Amino acid sequence: MAKYRMHLMLCAGTGCVSNKSIKISEVLEKELKKHKLEAEILVVLTGCNGFCAQGPIMVVHPDEIFYQMLTERDIPHLVEEHFLKGRPVRKLMYTPPKEKTPVPKMSDIGFFKEQRLVALRNRGLIDPEKIDEYIARDGYSALARALTSMTPETIIKEIKDSGLRGRGGAGFPTGRKWEFAARAKAEEKYIICNADEGDPGAFMDRSIVESDPHSVLEGMTIGAMAIGARHGYIYIRSEYPIAVERMRKAIKQAREYGLLGEDILGTEFEFEVSVHQGAGAFVCGEETSLIASLEGRPPEPRIRPPFPAQSGLWGKPTNINNVETWANVPEIINRGASWYSQLGTDTSKGTKVFSLVGKVKNTGLIEVPMGITLRKIIYDIGGGILEDKKFKAIQTGGPSGGCIPEKLLDLPIDYEKLTEVGSIMGSGGMIVMDEDTCMVDVARYFVDFLRGESCGKCTSCREGLESMYQVLTGICEGKGKEDDVELLQELGAAIKDGSMCALGGTAANPVLSTIRYFENEYQSHIRDQRCPAGVCRELIQYLIDREECTGCLLCVKNCPGNAISGKRKEPVHLDQEKCIKCGVCLEVCKFKAVLVE
Amino acid sequence: MAKLKPEDLEKISQRMRKMTILREGSGQAKVTVHMGTCGIAAGARKIMAAILALVEEKNTRDVIVTSSGCAGLCSREPMMTVELKGEAPVKYVDLTEKKVRAIFAQHVMNGNIVVKYALAMGSERVS
Repeated sequence: MAKYRMHLMLCAGTGCVSNKSIKISEVLEKELKKHKLEAEILVVLTGCNGFCAQGPIMVVHPDEIFYQMLTERDIPHLVEEHFLKGRPVRKLMYTPPKEKTPVPKMSDIGFFKEQRLVALRNRGLIDPEKIDEYIARDGYSALARALTSMTPETIIKEIKDSGLRGRGGAGFPTGRKWEFAARAKAEEKYIICNADEGDPGAFMDRSIVESDPHSVLEGMTIGAMAIGARHGYIYIRSEYPIAVERMRKAIKQAREYGLLGEDILGTEFEFEVSVHQGAGAFVCGEETSLIASLEGRPPEPRIRPPFPAQSGLWGKPTNINNVETWANVPEIINRGASWYSQLGTDTSKGTKVFSLVGKVKNTGLIEVPMGITLRKIIYDIGGGILEDKKFKAIQTGGPSGGCIPEKLLDLPIDYEKLTEVGSIMGSGGMIVMDEDTCMVDVARYFVDFLRGESCGKCTSCREGLESMYQVLTGICEGKGKEDDVELLQELGAAIKDGSMCALGGTAANPVLSTIRYFENEYQSHIRDQRCPAGVCRELIQYLIDREECTGCLLCVKNCPGNAISGKRKEPVHLDQEKCIKCGVCLEVCKFKAVLVE
Repeated sequence: MAKLKPEDLEKISQRMRKMTILREGSGQAKVTVHMGTCGIAAGARKIMAAILALVEEKNTRDVIVTSSGCAGLCSREPMMTVELKGEAPVKYVDLTEKKVRAIFAQHVMNGNIVVKYALAMGSERVS
């Protein structure tokens, strides 16, 4: 193998690929050839780097230079200046908001500095399609250790001692779950990896599978040995084409190396994995629904017990964990339970991957120790609120999580703390909202999502969410009644109590938490017919500030309803009859002459 | 492809790490070839190729080879800087492939500075 002096780690996660990183890699290869550098410099396509907001991203080793927002046009100059002549190109580096000079090194950038990678330990450092690169970073050594020097009991003990809890949302202790399945007596048992990530705006599991599929396979194989399973399924949604493709490649490579199949690593242990593509229903993330879907039945949850550990797939004992949980397993076996349990809080050990999205400057994928504060995540890693607006709330845990207000920003996050404040850990979605967000509208948005995704089996979830949606819509349209808030709370309690699975059990969170922390916004809508954030169309009107208007006529040109008229250099007139309240005039106006009331 | 045994994992890892060590930024020695226009005109690319070949030949895994721009002393190109972990960087000037071989064997591999080819020790001050 030739010695390369430089490795160009180009992100080929879904985010960067949609920003043309594959095309950039082609141009890179071409330019490297042109300068006869192809034998000295290696281009590596990696999984998601995490800093998706700045993509396409490329990290140059050995100096760890971080390039961002690359385009094909930047490449010829970059190759000649940096890769040939050794002069890093500053204009392609990342400049933090409010600063003037770029930060060349990846590890000096705030977004990365506060992170602690366990599940994402290989992100951006390996080519996910090459098993040898995974092995180079101690890949499959945990499996070798488990097979040669551990027993199912010692593996389970290690996982139990580590304090690892299910990363899919419920936070059930993983080791105990394994123990139940291991104790169940049966000829056949199954392992399932839940990669049916259905939260809008969340991409933790997608990213792990894309950037390090072997870590999931290795974790599953260790789990299979612990509970005594010979077959595993990866249930992944078909909306994740790159993840599906990389997982299939990884399984093929692992088979060729004898790391899956019969006689794994020359021992008598055998384990096979197959990929099952789901059609993308939110409820499939619930384990009993997922199992029903795997069996070819409609995805509806069922009453537990019996738990899958006693009677799961095809009625056999089944252990089901989420992608991130599996990816943590090899690292715990390799470095030990005591190392892992040093990270995190008393009740929640280790790290958690979050997808940080919404009105925050640095959106992307982050992995942080449990117990970190929301403030640190939003301001140190996320770089603060977009356009330096005021923070209003952060929703954690996906569509059925709660909205947490500013006064709780110093909350150290773990499973219990988030539940206490009316939200959930969930699988790790985080949506940041600014002052321009209407909390009633947000609650309505999530209830709308959930009523569409409710499988309909439990009346309280099916009808309750529908009723909630009607009430919320009424409030947003100015038709709210005095006792609506009380009604919503009652409905919320009924949905929570009367639903079988976690979808219904948590579905009322967005409504209940926004009532808990932002009741004044509900009251403004109901009593004063006012939307304080200026979002709900029926309750607002756009006005022209005649003092500020310069008569540039930009709004006149852009108004889709022809509601604005006027002459150049004279204040314009807005016809309220014709106005459809789309807000385009507000967006295009450069003089702050459009007001919302 | 042959099925692996536990000990084969270590072999693959060893072989691959020679390549991937670069990404961990933890080499014992760092060799920087100055590749400004002046350096390239004076033959820096040959020097780079020679070093890469030596790293390959000696089968060492701890040497990071990198390039940087003009060092400001264009008349003495090709130049390179050798920096061992924890020691001051040493600049070598007027390089030829033969000199590179000597520097690599004595300084990079064994830690003895080749004084007769060296220009100076230490880095410039950056304000």
